Amino acid sequence: MGITLPVLILALPFAMFLILGIGGVKMPRKLAGILGICANGALLAISYIVALTYFFSGETAYIIDGVRQQLQLFDVTWMAFTDRLVVNIGFLLDPISAMMLIVITTISFMVHLYSWGYMEHEPGFQRYYAFLSLFTFSMLGLVVATNIFQMYIFWELVGVSSYLLIGFFYKLPSAVSASKKAFIVTRFADLFMLIGILVLSYYVAETPADGPLGGASAFNFIMLNNNSVNVLESTLCGTFMGGSILSWAMVFIFVGGMGKSAMLPLHIWLPDAMEGPTPVSALIHAATMVVAGVYLVARFFPLYLIAEGSLLFITVVGAITAFYAAVVACCQIDIKRILAFSTISQIAFMMVSLGVTRPELHEGMGYMASMFHLFTHAMFKALLFLGAGALIHAVHSNNYTAMGGMRKYMPITHWTFLIGCLAIAGIPPFSGFFSKDEMLTAMYANSPLWGAWMTMVAALTAFYMFRMYFLVFWWEENPHYKEHTPHDAPWQMSIPLIFLAAVSCLAGFLPFGEFVTWNREPYHIHLDMSVAIPSICVAVVAIAFAAWLYARKNDKPAKMKAAMPALWEAAHRRFYWDEIYMFITHKIIFNGVCRGIAWFDRHVIDGTMDGLAAVTQYTSAKIKGLQSGNVQAYVLWYFIGAVILAAITWICLL
Amino acid sequence: MDLSILWYLVPSVIMFAAGVYGFVTRKNMIALLISLELMLNSADLNFVVFNRYLFPGSMEGMFFTLFAIAIAAAETAIAIAIIINIYRAVQSTDINVVDKMKY
Repeated sequence: MGITLPVLILALPFAMFLILGIGGVKMPRKLAGILGICANGALLAISYIVALTYFFSGETAYIIDGVRQQLQLFDVTWMAFTDRLVVNIGFLLDPISAMMLIVITTISFMVHLYSWGYMEHEPGFQRYYAFLSLFTFSMLGLVVATNIFQMYIFWELVGVSSYLLIGFFYKLPSAVSASKKAFIVTRFADLFMLIGILVLSYYVAETPADGPLGGASAFNFIMLNNNSVNVLESTLCGTFMGGSILSWAMVFIFVGGMGKSAMLPLHIWLPDAMEGPTPVSALIHAATMVVAGVYLVARFFPLYLIAEGSLLFITVVGAITAFYAAVVACCQIDIKRILAFSTISQIAFMMVSLGVTRPELHEGMGYMASMFHLFTHAMFKALLFLGAGALIHAVHSNNYTAMGGMRKYMPITHWTFLIGCLAIAGIPPFSGFFSKDEMLTAMYANSPLWGAWMTMVAALTAFYMFRMYFLVFWWEENPHYKEHTPHDAPWQMSIPLIFLAAVSCLAGFLPFGEFVTWNREPYHIHLDMSVAIPSICVAVVAIAFAAWLYARKNDKPAKMKAAMPALWEAAHRRFYWDEIYMFITHKIIFNGVCRGIAWFDRHVIDGTMDGLAAVTQYTSAKIKGLQSGNVQAYVLWYFIGAVILAAITWICLL
Repeated sequence: MDLSILWYLVPSVIMFAAGVYGFVTRKNMIALLISLELMLNSADLNFVVFNRYLFPGSMEGMFFTLFAIAIAAAETAIAIAIIINIYRAVQSTDINVVDKMKY
């Protein structure tokens, strides 16, 4: 494969961002929308060609004896600071990046199309499409990164585009504070990632210039992942607080992933990020950007495998987050927030699945299962968000209390939403069942504790999704429908829903293990009935329980709430994490630590500067009389000066 | 007849000193302009003289002076134009009247 297509994959969305960003103001909205959609369609086609060629052509460049190859289609030096610190920009094609190309461009295209209907009447339509292109560019650059630094650069770029899109309605104070929160929290996490990268690169030995990689920089993924022994030798030499340097570096890098993927305790930005337009939530905060953390772990997996302590850390963080987010999702009123917490929980599921993966357990299938779930989750969660967008578009409210009985009014949305709910709940034959089953098998293989724990989370998932489904589509019709009858969305919004619903029905039958595994050798997926049957039973029971509670209007939910008011309130307030953050930042950091710093700033630093200014002002006030406007005085002064200078020169020359 | 360089430099210094004295003491702007020209001409004279005595084979100083005279003529024209405009504005050519451009 030449470099034309890979370069186009990165250049096309970036060019679109520039065109729409600079020229958008002068364009009619229709032109901007059509341009954005067409460019994205072309991008979709190119990415599919690249990814499908990679998976199916069978050429020896891509697959040798059943082992898929990692290849760098191009890798050019971008910045060379020193001999060792060289930053490259390139395009790495391997199973996970090819899979991500498909996921990103598919969801991105669906969202572009959907936004054409959803954002039609919003001011700043052109700006919106420009930002979408910027995001697509950054996300694609992130997944095809050939080295840590390229990944880090694009990692920050997706953070920026996420910030811009969350704050799209910049006149709403809530949107502005949500975008700031998202940026600051993820940026705070990225600081740790940077520390991890620096630690790792400091200790990793250089590649020999005559080796197979020809002296590639120490940041290169292929070099890091294939020379694990080399890395091990150079990083295990020292320990810090009981952990090897490699473990610390990998944990720090993972903290960056925790920020982007909204793991506890850095999850607080994601629910607030729902202030952005709903298609943006579907693209960025459900399908692509938030799984960047999972992708990061998958990308570094051979290194994580050496540092098993860091894998255990990932598992524990993921398991706690998954359970926490699932409980909170049961008590939310805003449907987008339910979906946001559901996303957190599902990403944590993928993290646990990666964390429990060991090569000796089912040939390391947890990795494959995690990537499989990333794929199916991206599709059905985008579907659910777009469905929620259609509902919000119809009733102009985010809360399920404004909905109810919607199945009669919005049949397309109803059926597609139901498919999404069934997929996420893990009911066969929908896609979520297959990926979740593989993940649970991997977890049981590692330890029954993780398996049982995550089965419980899966049950909660089924419950809260169907709680929302029944409250929105069944329950009782909202009396306001008589004044304003909700109806299905226009075709631009329905087509993505139907397409994604079809994918969610069929994606489970993909032989995913043939394409993506941790060692890039094929793995034959087979259903483990001892895991599949209990998980189906659990999901069905949870759905039945949700139906019993919420299918018709009754007072059972209110009674349950009244029985445990403290628990309900705590879960509704997300177990007070935001309050804890507010307390720490405002009471401890702002009031305690920062007070002394502020005093120093105001009195010492400002004092120095003010003093300088005061001296200057005083002096100038004293000597300004010299500038009298009298030309002859100037000449006289000049003449005296020249004479003095001449005298000095003469004395020196004597 | 062999003239020493001093025969040229002393008149040049006298011209320059007269120019400075005139520029600082006169009140009429035209007189100021004349003083200015005196200083300029003394500098021109120095160019020619040093060229003649130090680098007898070359002509740079001579040509520089020719250009300096041409430019001085142009400057004088501009200066007179400014003075005429000032006179039209304030009905005076006294240098002490135009001291508006100060702190």
